[in-house]
Amino acid sequence: MISIDCELAGVPLSNPILAASGTFGFGKPYADLYPLRKLGGIVSKGLTLSPRPGNIGTRLYETPSGIMNSVGLENPGIRAFLAQELPEMTSHETAVIVNLGGGTLREYVEGAELLTEASQALSASGKRAVDMIELNISCPNIKEGGLAFGIENEQAQEVVRAVRKATSLPLLVKLSPGAKDLKEMARMCEAEGADGLSLINTIQAMAIDIRKRQSVFDRAYAGLSGPAIKPIALRMVHQVARSVSIPVVGIGGISSAEDILEFIMAGATAVQIGTYNFINLRAGDTLAEELIQLMETEGIHSLDDIRGII
Amino acid sequence: MALVIHNVKLAPGIYRLTVQGSYPARMGQFFMLRCWDTYPVLSRPISVHDLTLDSISFLYRVQGTGTRLLSALQAGDRIQLEGPFGQAFPDPQGRTALVGGGIGIAPMLLAARGISSASVFLGYSGLPFGVDGFNEASHDVTVRSGGTIVDDIDPGRYDTIYACGPVAMMQSLAQKAEGSSAKLYVSIEKRMGCGIGACNSCTLTTAGTNRKVCTDGPVFPAREVNWNDLHRL
Repeated sequence: MISIDCELAGVPLSNPILAASGTFGFGKPYADLYPLRKLGGIVSKGLTLSPRPGNIGTRLYETPSGIMNSVGLENPGIRAFLAQELPEMTSHETAVIVNLGGGTLREYVEGAELLTEASQALSASGKRAVDMIELNISCPNIKEGGLAFGIENEQAQEVVRAVRKATSLPLLVKLSPGAKDLKEMARMCEAEGADGLSLINTIQAMAIDIRKRQSVFDRAYAGLSGPAIKPIALRMVHQVARSVSIPVVGIGGISSAEDILEFIMAGATAVQIGTYNFINLRAGDTLAEELIQLMETEGIHSLDDIRGII
Repeated sequence: MALVIHNVKLAPGIYRLTVQGSYPARMGQFFMLRCWDTYPVLSRPISVHDLTLDSISFLYRVQGTGTRLLSALQAGDRIQLEGPFGQAFPDPQGRTALVGGGIGIAPMLLAARGISSASVFLGYSGLPFGVDGFNEASHDVTVRSGGTIVDDIDPGRYDTIYACGPVAMMQSLAQKAEGSSAKLYVSIEKRMGCGIGACNSCTLTTAGTNRKVCTDGPVFPAREVNWNDLHRL
């Protein structure tokens, strides 16, 4: 009997497959297509304390085996999320992870406090609440903060330390592939009390419209995701998983059960599916079953048997 | 996966794809189409052109890699359809005109089939294509090659106008309809990631706020559309 249930930062998951931030809204768009309990969890669209309108101009561009996006953290703000989105997001019998972004240190901290208070109040009244925070210090698409926090170790440390103090919820830190020293940053997050790490966010990239003689994106650079970045993500997950003892969540172009096993073998505890949700809107409906079938074929009884074996 | 019945070339770069199956689509809605594995990454949003009890048709122009792959489909091939998605044209009130420009005629056939009294205006920069279906559906079809079809329309004669076509055509029609009693609805096209409202890629500013073309649209009241938002792309 093969089981794929697992535990991530103290939160039990029915399977290691999560929907990645920014590709899944708050779950609702996909709930019409399949039961979301088939996923181990859902990571919300990146939220900030105040609402953000997002970037103007082109937001999406297709590249060989990938896409570039510059959405710019368009979101309704944490208060509106708590009032209007969370009740439905917690109704799907799957773990709820809130992706928390920010432009300033203060915004991160206040956002974390709001989420934590609201969650404690819900739990106290016996309702499902936020299971975990994914701290986004790696968004490449906003002007202030965002990626800047995810490049330099000292700046990242300030945010992780402050948010750790502000929340008792399990805390994942989402790392940027642009970090100056990724292994060092991972070790710093662990030392500051992060319960886990997720990586990688999109890779900063560029596309030029040769006819208009200008960048496709108003903000010049945008974030690259999809199958094109999978080998890079796999290498980084491998490096980070060997550098820390907290769990690592692998993200980057994962598009099949085979890809999931690769990331687990590289040391990941769980994975997130991002761009593949666009390739196959029903990805989350079948991936867990496909993973079990593949494990049967490969004679793997438990993910624990292969985790980090490379 | 659905079965391709036929995929007919109507004009250079213009194809009509007919797929087997019964689909509950309404005029103005679209499907996400894909007949390939993981590359290109994104499925292609294509509006519903026509419906029968056991088939659905899409009219499309070959624009890039995705539509080129679609154009190679042959009878008996398989294709994946997800949908219908998006807001349909609202039920018409009173006298109705349907205006299509170029490949923008695509969603108008289903509308013409549903509103048999509608006047139809089809504008083309070159030779017309896809006109036969409209002549079946309506007795009042105006076809123009070259110039602008907007010149042939007197908005004051209609209560409801639906339009789809180049941004310049829709904007000029919107200006012409200003001050008339006609309610103009336009169908907007933008690059989409998911097609279901999850990715925030196809954002359009309407009436000062962000809307999603995929789930709030693709049909919008023309007076709410910020045309500059579309010209920039």
